[in-house]
Amino acid sequence: MTVLAVAEHRRGELRDVSYELVAAGRDLATATGGDLHVAVVSGPVSEYAEKLNRDGVDAVHTVDHGEGFNHDVSVQAVEQLVDAVDPAVLLVPHTVNGLDYAPAVANRLDRPLVTDAVDLAYDDELTVTRELYGSKVETTVDVHAERGAVTVRPAEWPTAEGTGDATIEPFDATIDESQVRSTVTGFQEVGDGDVDITEADVLVSVGRGIEEEENLDLIRDLADALDATLSASRPVIDNGWLPKDRQVGQSGKVVTPDVYIAIGISGAVQHVAGMKGTDTIVAINNDPNAPIFDIADYGIVDDLFDVVPALTEEFKG
Amino acid sequence: MKILVTVKEVTAVDDEFEIDGLTIDDRYVTADLNEWDEYALEEAVQLSEANDDAEVVTVTIGPSDTAETIRQALAKGADRAVRIWDDALAEVGLLDPATKATLLAAVAREEDPDLVLTGVQSADDSFGATGVALADKLGMEWAAVVNALDLDTDDGTAHVHRELEGGVEELTDVELPAVLTVQTGINDPRYASLRGIRQAQSKELAAKSLDDLGLDVAAIESPLEQTSLYEPETESETTVYEGSAEETAGELATVLREVDQ
Repeated sequence: MTVLAVAEHRRGELRDVSYELVAAGRDLATATGGDLHVAVVSGPVSEYAEKLNRDGVDAVHTVDHGEGFNHDVSVQAVEQLVDAVDPAVLLVPHTVNGLDYAPAVANRLDRPLVTDAVDLAYDDELTVTRELYGSKVETTVDVHAERGAVTVRPAEWPTAEGTGDATIEPFDATIDESQVRSTVTGFQEVGDGDVDITEADVLVSVGRGIEEEENLDLIRDLADALDATLSASRPVIDNGWLPKDRQVGQSGKVVTPDVYIAIGISGAVQHVAGMKGTDTIVAINNDPNAPIFDIADYGIVDDLFDVVPALTEEFKG
Repeated sequence: MKILVTVKEVTAVDDEFEIDGLTIDDRYVTADLNEWDEYALEEAVQLSEANDDAEVVTVTIGPSDTAETIRQALAKGADRAVRIWDDALAEVGLLDPATKATLLAAVAREEDPDLVLTGVQSADDSFGATGVALADKLGMEWAAVVNALDLDTDDGTAHVHRELEGGVEELTDVELPAVLTVQTGINDPRYASLRGIRQAQSKELAAKSLDDLGLDVAAIESPLEQTSLYEPETESETTVYEGSAEETAGELATVLREVDQ
């Protein structure tokens, strides 16, 4: 069975998820005695192709068109590549950009698409494992079709290492410019305030469980008592209760403090992506099944409105 | 200007729950308007308030008991609603993004909107693919994961920010008509006013079957099948403190003092 994995790059750099897709694709190809093809569209593709030639890769297809990601270009290029390579499984990263073209590619090729895979298996047909209800449960989805497409969750597979003996094959995609109806005009870093949460030794981080903006003072008091820095998960930022540069997670900052105290944070995958490298993780949450307890070193299952003031009291004065 | 907003009723699962076959036991779930769709709806309502002659129409796939959730959207400022359902849909185990996009596209073709707003994903099945699939079926342009929107109807362009990973936003110009998938945080969704709730009762909520949309059962056949549902095995090695808040806080404080040294 042939697998085609599409790499992702941003502003001149291949992103790690590309190498994870190589690993995921290699597992599938090896299990079925098939080939692993990798594709990269736009940017310095020759340079990218050399880097993508990791252990187990049989071919790297390059589409030299444009400097950076444009979904209208990616859709056309990947559609044509899939037609040419005819893989049983197309792998695309489950990223903001992956989701900006994979559904359109699947639609044009009339391939079933399963998104956000955390595991893949192949036994006569493809089975995809994914999560539901904010990671509370897992489900398996069988793809009853000879050809399918999957978006692969970042950081679930290791990055492929080593050097392969892939052939590098420039692919002459025909890009219809009249169908390129979007233009990337630039990039913007999320505002940097006077606090850099990535530099903090101790982070006191607050999530949806805080319920009301007024209650943030409880968390501020604890942060002060611990001489720690205040950070937050997405809902607190979305509500405008703290500035965006305090956000920990996939779309915010990736932090690696010595101690991370997660208060009222359930531990959604997007949040965990931003803090799992922390040495010591503490969780305070009233839901014993909250995924944050899967990665916490120490935990208290109780009402944060009782525990946080008691903890602050321990460190005061 | 007409704005079509896709609105989904999602299932929220209690902290403690039981699995019944391929679903969560009914006793442990509640229904709610999808959080991402709240932001998409608010964006549409704000646009309609800023533009004369703008109409906001919601479209939902769901059985008749989703009407209450749809009324919430009407109470927050949508002008009217379309609900797609059919007995045949009740038989579908896994309603995948391609099928949803087929159904929504049928309504979009009837409505012929200038702009379609969807949530980035739904809170329950989190596919995150329906909006872009819908755009492609309609031959519209699109942008996924939009967290800022500046609509220039004279120029026929949506200037958007797309929220990439790692605190970076991509600035993109998208030709209209377009489908934008809206990220949480793009605005501050309103609560429904009492007046809005009252008015919602008299707003149009049209039900459409497959037949009404000119679709047959083949349009909703999917090669995807959900084959299991289970709680993931955790490899948690968390030291959990038990007791009163004072006791647990005291024990945690001891550990934190040690770590800090």
